[in-house]
Amino acid sequence: MKTSWIVAFLVLLAAVVPTMTFSGYHLFQLTMVAVYAIAILGLAILTGINGQISLGHGAFYAIGAYTTAILMASWDVPYWATLPVSAAVCATVGFLVGLPALRLGGLYLALTTFALAVAIPQILKHKLFETWTGGVQGLVIDKPEAPFGLKLSSDQWLYLFTLGVGVILYVLAINLTHGRIGRAMRAVRDQPVAAEAMGINLAMLKTRTFAVSAMYTGIAGSLGAMVVAFVAPDSFTVFLSITFFVGLVAGGAASIGGTIVGAIFIEFVPNLADLVSKAAPGAIYGVILIAMMFLMPQGAGGFIGMVWRRLVR
Amino acid sequence: MTPDSDQPLLRITGVKMRFGGVVALGGVSFDVGYGQVRGLIGPNGSGKTTLFNCISGIYRFMEGDILFEGKSLANVPRHEMANVGLGRTFQNVALFKPLSVRDNILVGAHHLAKSGFIANALRLPDVRREDAAAEERLNDLLDLLDLRSVADIPAGSLPFGTQKRVEMARALIGKPKLLLLDEPAAGLNHSEVDELAILILQVRDHFKLSVLLVEHHMSLVMRVSDKVVALEFGLKIADGTPDEVRAEPEVIRAYLGDTHKEPVH
Repeated sequence: MKTSWIVAFLVLLAAVVPTMTFSGYHLFQLTMVAVYAIAILGLAILTGINGQISLGHGAFYAIGAYTTAILMASWDVPYWATLPVSAAVCATVGFLVGLPALRLGGLYLALTTFALAVAIPQILKHKLFETWTGGVQGLVIDKPEAPFGLKLSSDQWLYLFTLGVGVILYVLAINLTHGRIGRAMRAVRDQPVAAEAMGINLAMLKTRTFAVSAMYTGIAGSLGAMVVAFVAPDSFTVFLSITFFVGLVAGGAASIGGTIVGAIFIEFVPNLADLVSKAAPGAIYGVILIAMMFLMPQGAGGFIGMVWRRLVR
Repeated sequence: MTPDSDQPLLRITGVKMRFGGVVALGGVSFDVGYGQVRGLIGPNGSGKTTLFNCISGIYRFMEGDILFEGKSLANVPRHEMANVGLGRTFQNVALFKPLSVRDNILVGAHHLAKSGFIANALRLPDVRREDAAAEERLNDLLDLLDLRSVADIPAGSLPFGTQKRVEMARALIGKPKLLLLDEPAAGLNHSEVDELAILILQVRDHFKLSVLLVEHHMSLVMRVSDKVVALEFGLKIADGTPDEVRAEPEVIRAYLGDTHKEPVH
């Protein structure tokens, strides 16, 4: 247990260093890794740990992003105060999506959530909401300034802010998934009939897990909107949802630590593929993805776990 | 609580169950007394598992009633059965395979605790207290069922006989008053069945609970049961002590068959 704390501390220390040393663009990329990690963490709680497949988590990311953008653009709400609102909105939407999910198992649930992801850009463009969402144009928001007269640029401050929020969310997620509720989530994934006989209320557990999951990905969306300082419907296409899913699997679906690797994967591998071949980056991306699945069938999380156990023993 | 002298722990009265036109249970009645090991036998398709599923709420019976400590189980939701005092194992073992033995057993204590999502995420003192209480019971069970050496191993990678013990531990940690065992001897070898017989009696005495044992394995049922009920085609054909049931001509016929087979009505 102590060793894991030391490792966590070192990782955190390593994460703070780039604030001072990295250039603007690299810092932006790193901030997006933190944002994606939180988004994938939300998906990992739902799909990896509770076994409810979602191919539509980009929708919650979009709802979080728009909640923050609208609050900041239309009502001048301070950026940090939009996070709890976004969390509440996304948790509510997640809970409601979780209700039909109770009747739709496995692949049907995957398709239903996929439909949500397909629909969301069009809903955001719809005339009815145009006054708030800015329609196709989207919304531009101001980057937050560093508080307390800290001598940091907006980008540097946003990186640290995202990191801080991320650390809190990860600690909460680790607590949640390693106790009684986490065991229940996994039990429902593996043997729902037995889980119910042990006194687990399936409907309650699954809808609440959906709410927590949507909340996490929604908060990531809020942070993402601040970092990019802009939201538009076409940033939240189906492809985003699939990308999160790729990150989830690459990281090792049921692994909390793996979500960070998954986020690094989806942020950097497309760039890497682009470097290798300008003509067919998609093909290179695919090859890397397949290679990764072969080398680490349990995802990065499973791989790291295995190496860790070897080292500790 | 002191058991009422004439009220049994479980009373099954005239339970009927049909699937389409097929009568799976044609009005079965029997009792399970406090501290009793009750054997439930019958050939394949006799309705044993159907009755088992009616008790645990997986099927909803159509007529009759099932009373647990005098209260009907007819409308108790499935996830409340553990709270009521029913623990169960599954015919083909339904463990949470990737989870460690320890975690598998702890899931069985789920209904004893109340902490929710927020309390768990914040690891409030209540959560720690609940965890400590569950851990204590877990430790007792690991010793009693000889599982300590495999506590951290994923349950799915263990031999079948060990998995069955894990399932038993998972049911017992929830403090059941009635333990429902669905064919616990299936797939076990000879010596494992012997151990199981000892274990069932040990568990009954240690936890002061009743056992309803659904089983094909005749010698096991006859060895451990205080009373045995036999079903055939959804009807009770015998009810009594193991010796009485063994001597019952209907039971002998149902198990061994006769040359001029006639349907039982």
